[in-house]
Amino acid sequence: MDNRLPTEFDVVVIGTGLPESILAAACSRSGQRVLHLDSRSYYGGNWASFSFSGLLSWLKEYQQNSDIGEESTAAWQDMIHETEEGITLRKKDETIQHTEVFCYASQDMDGNIEETDDLQKNPSWVASSTLIKPLDSACLSEEMHSLYVSSYEVPAKGTPENNGEVTDIAETLVKEENCGYKTYKHRVSDGAKDEIKPILEDNSDPPKRNRITYSQIVEEGRRFNIDLVSKLLYSQGLLIDLLIKSNVSRYAEFKNVTRILAFREGKVEQVPCSRADVFNSKELTMVEKRMLMKFLTFCLDYEQHPDEYQAFTQCSFSEYLKTKKLTPSLQHFVLHSIAMMSESSCTTIEGLKATKNFLQCLGKFGNTPFLFPLYGQGEIPQCFCRMCAVFGGIYCLRHKVQCLVVDKESGRCKAIIDHLGQRINAKYFIVEDSYLSEETCSNVQYEQISRAVLITDQSILKTDSDQQISILIVPPVEPGACAVRVTELCSSTMTCMKDTCLVHLTCSSSKTAREDLESVVKKLFTPYAETEIDKEELAKPRLLWALYFNMRDSSGVSRSSYNGLPSNVYVCTGPDCGLGNEHAVKQAETLFKEIFPSEEFCPPPPNPEDVFFDGDDKQPESLGANTIIIAQLESSEGSKNLESSEKHLQN
Amino acid sequence: MHGRLKVKTSEEQAEAKRLEREQKLKLYQSATQTVFQKRQAGELDESVLELTSQILGANPDFATLWNCRREVLQRLEVQKSPEELATLVKAELGFLESCLRVNPKSYGTWHHRCWLLGRLPEANWAQELELCARFLEVDERNFHCWDYRRFVAAQAAVPPAEELAFTDSLITRNFSNYSSWHYRSCLLPQLHPQPDSGPQGRLPEDVLLKELELVQNAFFTDPNDQSAWFYHRWLLGRADPQDALHCLHVSRDEACLTVSFSRPLLVGSRTETLLLLVDESPLAVAWRTPDGRNRPSHVWLCDLPATSLNDQLPQHTFRVIWTAGGAQKECVLLKGRQEGWCRDSATDEQLFRCELSVEKSTVLQSELESCKELQELEPENKWCLLTIILLMRALDPLHYEKETLQYFQTLKAVDPMRAAYLDDLRSKFLLENSVLKMEYAEVRVLHLGHKDLTVLCHLEQLLLITHLDLSHNRLRVLPPALAALRCLEVLQANDNTIESLDGVTNLPRLQELFLCNNRLQQPAVLQPLASCPRLVLLNLQGNPLCQAVGISEHLAELLPSVRSSLT
Repeated sequence: MDNRLPTEFDVVVIGTGLPESILAAACSRSGQRVLHLDSRSYYGGNWASFSFSGLLSWLKEYQQNSDIGEESTAAWQDMIHETEEGITLRKKDETIQHTEVFCYASQDMDGNIEETDDLQKNPSWVASSTLIKPLDSACLSEEMHSLYVSSYEVPAKGTPENNGEVTDIAETLVKEENCGYKTYKHRVSDGAKDEIKPILEDNSDPPKRNRITYSQIVEEGRRFNIDLVSKLLYSQGLLIDLLIKSNVSRYAEFKNVTRILAFREGKVEQVPCSRADVFNSKELTMVEKRMLMKFLTFCLDYEQHPDEYQAFTQCSFSEYLKTKKLTPSLQHFVLHSIAMMSESSCTTIEGLKATKNFLQCLGKFGNTPFLFPLYGQGEIPQCFCRMCAVFGGIYCLRHKVQCLVVDKESGRCKAIIDHLGQRINAKYFIVEDSYLSEETCSNVQYEQISRAVLITDQSILKTDSDQQISILIVPPVEPGACAVRVTELCSSTMTCMKDTCLVHLTCSSSKTAREDLESVVKKLFTPYAETEIDKEELAKPRLLWALYFNMRDSSGVSRSSYNGLPSNVYVCTGPDCGLGNEHAVKQAETLFKEIFPSEEFCPPPPNPEDVFFDGDDKQPESLGANTIIIAQLESSEGSKNLESSEKHLQN
Repeated sequence: MHGRLKVKTSEEQAEAKRLEREQKLKLYQSATQTVFQKRQAGELDESVLELTSQILGANPDFATLWNCRREVLQRLEVQKSPEELATLVKAELGFLESCLRVNPKSYGTWHHRCWLLGRLPEANWAQELELCARFLEVDERNFHCWDYRRFVAAQAAVPPAEELAFTDSLITRNFSNYSSWHYRSCLLPQLHPQPDSGPQGRLPEDVLLKELELVQNAFFTDPNDQSAWFYHRWLLGRADPQDALHCLHVSRDEACLTVSFSRPLLVGSRTETLLLLVDESPLAVAWRTPDGRNRPSHVWLCDLPATSLNDQLPQHTFRVIWTAGGAQKECVLLKGRQEGWCRDSATDEQLFRCELSVEKSTVLQSELESCKELQELEPENKWCLLTIILLMRALDPLHYEKETLQYFQTLKAVDPMRAAYLDDLRSKFLLENSVLKMEYAEVRVLHLGHKDLTVLCHLEQLLLITHLDLSHNRLRVLPPALAALRCLEVLQANDNTIESLDGVTNLPRLQELFLCNNRLQQPAVLQPLASCPRLVLLNLQGNPLCQAVGISEHLAELLPSVRSSLT
């Protein structure tokens, strides 16, 4: 296949994360010739979702990053004229750190074995993370791109090259027992029940739990769509508005988050937030119901009642809540689960605003304010890419860009040179910040996001239905620390296999992801073991598999902190730590307005019946190549107008 | 630019739309015309089905076309083989569903479905229930669909428990649902039938308490939602009072028998029949209402022949039998007495507690406490205030009188739109209390002065009153029902805003009438007074009509034997 691309474009977009994809769609929609490139083999960058094996390869890539770096590069220097200079781009991604993988699920290669009588035969095994170099997050040199490298290997039957891996794993296990997950290990062997286990097993009939083995997870790996960033869509947020307005919503399907949960006094409980929830709640007393509804109703139009909060504008929101005759549990619900604010730092006004925002989103598509895209968050950037392609954008994955070519005189970027040494000219360049070199970024300070991805065997709050999508905020134990956001997805979201839950934990980092999140994981889950440990542990869902990693959060970086970027090179940031996608959408819209101040941002696509091609006869036969576009617009999804696309969203 | 995507301008779009509409209209009209012509010509065949389905598919609210379809289907029923008919019915059901999707609240469509299902020998009711569930999933408050569901559930004999569970599930989703609450009020009495002796349509206490908890959850969650309060009212309400004769009065002087009933009725040959037995022998009499209008009334009376009242016997017994109501009453007129009566006690019969009454006052008491708790949190909630008032009345109207009046005041302030209704309700309650107090005092004098009354009600309870004081109120009329006060001798109604005296008519014993400081405008309003034979004293001071030209002459002519004061 000829990889040669056309050489003239209006806009070149590098990186397929959400803001870049929205921008690409917006540019293409407004008639620009768009080339959209990504050096990776998948869409979405750090916004991507992976199947289980995809995630394992992704992990591997970070482990092997150092090797890839030395790929031969066509000498781009030759392509540059005397009046020009090149700004090199980074060769490898360095936004992910501290990846650590733990597997607790049974390693039976034969999935039919029901019970094993010796715990030691099936210890929870953990892939170790070997510290290669000491961590110093403040300076990230090129050599230190991968500080922790997971020695983890794919042991699946399905992957042929790993047939002889079993011993390898065993070794890993031994190693892990020494260095790894001591606490868990400790618990398991400490449990006095270990000795008396056989007796217990005969007499008691513990509630039947689905037994999921690691090989099942690998076999069913394609059922998983594991998000790198865990986000939800606010029903009345910018992203939903944009999806509906631009009609991109037709490319995606959503499910309503079904529950808002709270973690209080060691217990997970459901937060009543809608009218129906409050009505049905068995936990709240009548008076609590009234006080909660009264407060929430007030928040919906708090601006109209300044006398209700004016005296408290200097207080924190949690102080303010104490004055509202709400019981402690209601205060907790409002502060952490509804406003999703921290105890110490949130002012009354901020809290009221957040509560209002939450409440306004309620009831639009369901009883909670949030939507989750089926098949994972990674679908969203792809939907915008599809929109871009419908309007003529050209896509190229696995396509590296070596440098930006800058005209010395005007100081503007003129072209890029790709890894094949091809020079592609354009007027505007949009670059995701992970592509910028150290030189460009030498003054930039980054935040970090701590992430954990868990596969568990049941929900953290069991109900009649096992198809729940839940969000839970776990407040920090020490004041000032960050709350941890937990989203739990069920199999009907098409992100995990049947009888498992996929759990995402997110917080802004203070240490490595594991150090930040492990305590919350321990509170909510118990490691998978063949035997039940005790009654209390029994109630918790069991961990089958866990991944920790840190992701760079560049959302706060301002354009001015980059060195020597031409004015027509626009920078998009990676994902932020927030729950919604407002940051990415706002960024895309702002940049678009900067580039094309007079163009509308992602206007609704025209009704197919109203589309024709200027200069052509009105005979459809003569439309030539462009008929494809029409055909796409008319695609049988039936959502010709916004109304129906909105309905589509509701389903 | 060649080949560039262009979009039609809005004018072009509008023009295209206009043409399309015109085309549609033409088709619609011609199809309608054809259908009417065929119907006229009696050509009721499948082509009519086809044509009407085109039109109804776009506009399911065209009632005449549904009638056409029914005519066609009725004709085809006799012409077609069972197999053909089955296909036809299947197609019709599918078509109906597509119409419902166009307009889920189309009266015609739901009615047609009812009609069709009702004709089928073996209807698939399970499928219909499923259809209802689907439409209620989309709009849980679609009362058309609820109505149809009740029809289907009745036809299919769905156990009430299942239907109750269904209402549960929809109330869980959104309790602001009149249809669902109403369905409960139909299902629960079916599920928990009361023993024959008990009042029908009420619930046993354990069920009642559970329902009260449910509905309390609703109004504590959203006290402004009316549906829950209405259901609450139903829960606390009681069965319609049994038909009864409350009072029987016989007067020798006027040779007249008066009866008051528990509800207004119309006595006549083709309506309700009343049997009068005098000394156990039937007597044919002509019944009329006190005001002479013979409209439905609580009170009816008849003239008695002299033979029924003569003094030859030590006593005469009068028995009135209300055949349809299955009730009767008897009273005795003793020799030498002017009158005799028999009356139910308002206290014993709890005549005034029709609004709310549960058998157990503990239930009411705890409801009152919950409502007061809610009222503290929501001092301005009108439903809560009104419910408190009703509960207090049901519990003990006299004990709570003062508190009730305070709640009325608050309620009027928070709900000024219904001020007049509340005034009337308050007047009614005050009058009821006065009647109760009068009964305790065992007198025939009723003082209702200075009570801010705006309306007079329960006048049928006052048959035996001789003196009535209505002074210093806000009455605008003395209503026709006042004519029921056959024993009234003195009526004081000074200082009101009375404009009409319709009720001061045919009062056989009225002697003194005080109407100072009212709003009687024209001398003509005094006309009814002429029918009160014993009226001797009339005080009209402070009324506009006193200034009328020739008023004295008019009075002398109209009421020659009355001493009237004008100034």
